[in-house]
Amino acid sequence: MTAPPLGKDLVGLEDLSADQIRLILDTAEPFKEVSERPIKKVPALRGKTIVNLFFEASTRTRISFEFAEKRLSADTVNVAASGSSVDKGETLVDTARNLEAMRIDMVVIRHPSSGAAAFLGDRIRSNVINAGDGQHEHPTQGLLDLLTIRDKHGKIAGLKVCLVGDVLHSRVARSNIWGLSKLGAEVGVCGPDTLMPRGIEELGVCRFRRIEEAIEWADVLNVLRLQLERMEMGFIPSVREYYRVFGVTAERIEKASRPLTIMHPGPMNRGVEIDSRVADGPHSVILDQVTNGVAVRMAVLYLLAGGRPELADAAKGPGAGGGGPE
Amino acid sequence: MTRPLLLKGGRVIDPSRNFDQPADVLIQDGTIAAVGTGLGMPEGVEIRDVREQVVAPGLVDVHVHLREPGNEDVETIASGARAAAAGGFTAVCAMPNTDPVTDNQAAVGFIVRQSVRAGLTRVYPIGAISVGQRGERLSEFGEMVGAGAVAVSDDGRPVASSHLMRTALEYARTFDLPVADHCEEPTLAAGGVMHEGLVSARLGLKGIPAAAEEIMVARDTLLAGLTGGHVHLCHMSTRGSVDIIRGAKERGVRVTAEVTPHHLTLTDRACERYDTHAKMNPPLREAADVAALRQALKQGVIDCIASDHAPHAYDAKEAAFDDAPFGIVGLETAFGVVHTELVLGGVLTLPELIHRMSTAPAVAFHLPGGTLRPGAAADVVVLDPTARWTVDATAFSSKSRNTPFAGRALTGRAVLTLVGGKTVHPAGAPVDR
Amino acid sequence: MSRPDRTIILDARALARALQRMAVEVLELAHGTDDLVLIGIQRRGVELAERIAKLIEKDEGVVLSRGALDITLYRDDLETVGPKPVIGETRIPGDLAGKHVVIVDDVLYTGRTVRAALDELADFGRPQRISLCVLVDRGGRELPIQPDIVGKQVKVNSGERVDVLVEELDGRDEVDLVRQGAPT
Repeated sequence: MTAPPLGKDLVGLEDLSADQIRLILDTAEPFKEVSERPIKKVPALRGKTIVNLFFEASTRTRISFEFAEKRLSADTVNVAASGSSVDKGETLVDTARNLEAMRIDMVVIRHPSSGAAAFLGDRIRSNVINAGDGQHEHPTQGLLDLLTIRDKHGKIAGLKVCLVGDVLHSRVARSNIWGLSKLGAEVGVCGPDTLMPRGIEELGVCRFRRIEEAIEWADVLNVLRLQLERMEMGFIPSVREYYRVFGVTAERIEKASRPLTIMHPGPMNRGVEIDSRVADGPHSVILDQVTNGVAVRMAVLYLLAGGRPELADAAKGPGAGGGGPE
Repeated sequence: MTRPLLLKGGRVIDPSRNFDQPADVLIQDGTIAAVGTGLGMPEGVEIRDVREQVVAPGLVDVHVHLREPGNEDVETIASGARAAAAGGFTAVCAMPNTDPVTDNQAAVGFIVRQSVRAGLTRVYPIGAISVGQRGERLSEFGEMVGAGAVAVSDDGRPVASSHLMRTALEYARTFDLPVADHCEEPTLAAGGVMHEGLVSARLGLKGIPAAAEEIMVARDTLLAGLTGGHVHLCHMSTRGSVDIIRGAKERGVRVTAEVTPHHLTLTDRACERYDTHAKMNPPLREAADVAALRQALKQGVIDCIASDHAPHAYDAKEAAFDDAPFGIVGLETAFGVVHTELVLGGVLTLPELIHRMSTAPAVAFHLPGGTLRPGAAADVVVLDPTARWTVDATAFSSKSRNTPFAGRALTGRAVLTLVGGKTVHPAGAPVDR
Repeated sequence: MSRPDRTIILDARALARALQRMAVEVLELAHGTDDLVLIGIQRRGVELAERIAKLIEKDEGVVLSRGALDITLYRDDLETVGPKPVIGETRIPGDLAGKHVVIVDDVLYTGRTVRAALDELADFGRPQRISLCVLVDRGGRELPIQPDIVGKQVKVNSGERVDVLVEELDGRDEVDLVRQGAPT
């Protein structure tokens, strides 16, 4: 039995159907097992060249993708490109053309401009995977968050998931909102008005202005990182105030009437948006998110990697098994 | 010496005299000699059959960017004038955000001479409000007027200082000059690339709220009221601005306003695929804003249509949305777009449209033109309201191609443009016997 | 004369008898159960391995190690197959060093599935010995691979294929010879 295709690129969860999202999550499960083997490698993408094109510094996402690629036996190249505003636009077009000319199979791109992944995907034949474009989406993060929730709760539909923090500037938040809504969860957001996009309610989310209310309502809290520059830009008066009014503290969590699953995309600002006791507590799945990240990225790379169906007839064998040759 | 010309059998629409009926138009020695039926034929007259077509005063666009001096690769005064002629315009006003800025009489004179050299659509210079458009010191309005400037503006940027705006309005009164403002509160709009709303939230792009425009619209109308000066509000885009203008006009404030064809026909949803051809300032707004702007134009709360023609190089627009420059070209699509969407769409009648694109802008900026009164210069456009055409940016007379209307099927276009009785569009076309 | 679409080669009873005999042969081959590990290839090989394991356990009174192997990621045609196949579960019991692994599959044909299984097992460790046990051998090898234990040898003409159905997945036990193009 073969699975429905995802298209050429993974730009965002907004573009995917619920079935496609479920396919990725289901495919990630066997890949979790690969990471537990003594030899953490399968030959599925052997001979494929993948470029990690990161215009923004990121250690954890890049490493996660690199592990995913290497565990699939692909050849990887890391490029840390300049994201300076002078070079940005020009560099992206030229980069696209150069990659095309080098016949790269897949590109994983992180860029400070929203829309950069789609921009690249429209211009090159290689598969393009969005590792975070500006404030638009971070689909693999959204997917690994979904997988983590599903593992912990056995389901997603009907769960109440609240995103806490700077939703306005967060691509992780947007991907989460799309993924959770499509799979039937109820989504909430909590944070100061200055950090919420106008019209957020029209995306179908519940709006909380008090962290206590969000904690009472939710089954899962996904706590977003507060970038300290936001204070300099006048969105919040101080980090201290943010912690006191919106911080996910152990005292507040203890008051909840049922256990809350705690998530965070990382890296954490301990003592700003979240308490260490909560981040390291019994209901935190933050480390599971990291484990799932590699599996989800393997699944995405595996599903996107080009097949050439016209040669499939030659290879297709009979039988009711995996649809493969006997 | 060109022969006398008779435009025979067309529907003549002259909003300046409330004239709308079948008639002939006789043009002699570069002026309108007569309008009516059964006109006497002077010797050697050329007759052009314009049955089924509309004869109107040449269109006037009070807001274009011609990029010369400084950015001649994307447009020059000559290529811009050619584009204007193709669009049916007999006069345009060129904004001063050139390089160097047009803020002195020598620069103004340069534009006048380039326009004469091109010999096509009349290009009237607009001088800068402040030296270098830096918003600090007034430039020499008197000198610039003497060299041919018809208005002052710092367009491209807002006049951030209310004090400067006030003195500009007062000083301009001396010369009876409109002061045209690009209404954008800079701290609210900073970093924004599209309208702040649901679409920007989904796309993850920083938005420019409607309030950024409305704050300055309110300020400018209050200052115009305070000083008795004439403020002209550029490219209005929100329903809130419309309400403020309506109230100001009711109070007798000397305010005029313009709206672009794209703000009358497109919304922020055009940005959805991160299409940089939908990126302009002020940004495309919501459906309710478009509806309000249409009504305002019909009622005369907004006086005229102006294209805000803003040429950009292909490479510049071929970038991530954040990095692409603001603006689109518009001279060659303006009439077609508005005729298709608003006249055929039942919002405006054709005479109302011609009023808003010809007579009203001429009146707002005290320009000759916008009329077919006998004795006036023969600045005339012949329009075919049934002509169906598809926008092909590669065929533009403009040097630039950045339009969101590429590939659109439109109905209505200019088929003949005369400036002072001379054919400026189509280029090199003979006139019928 | 037109052939019928579907011919039953082994009905439920015949299949059960074949499995009985195969279970005995596995025991003989492995000289007992001490180091024996049965690993079924997804999908139906897993069910068959389970049946054989239970038969052995009943007779010998021990608990046998068994596992499952999904070879999708090791297929040599992964590049050319269109939409990606769904990956089943892989479950290898403990360290394979010193063990006698018996791979169990439903149909042996070109041998490519078994080659993929051998590659994958190598990434898990180094068994002492690997043997191959299949329910049906339909010939048509494209690689030098031979089974150690066979349930039934079937001659398959061009335009035909062998379908193995198991109770657990398909509702009945049966081995059919099917004309290609006939409904599954």
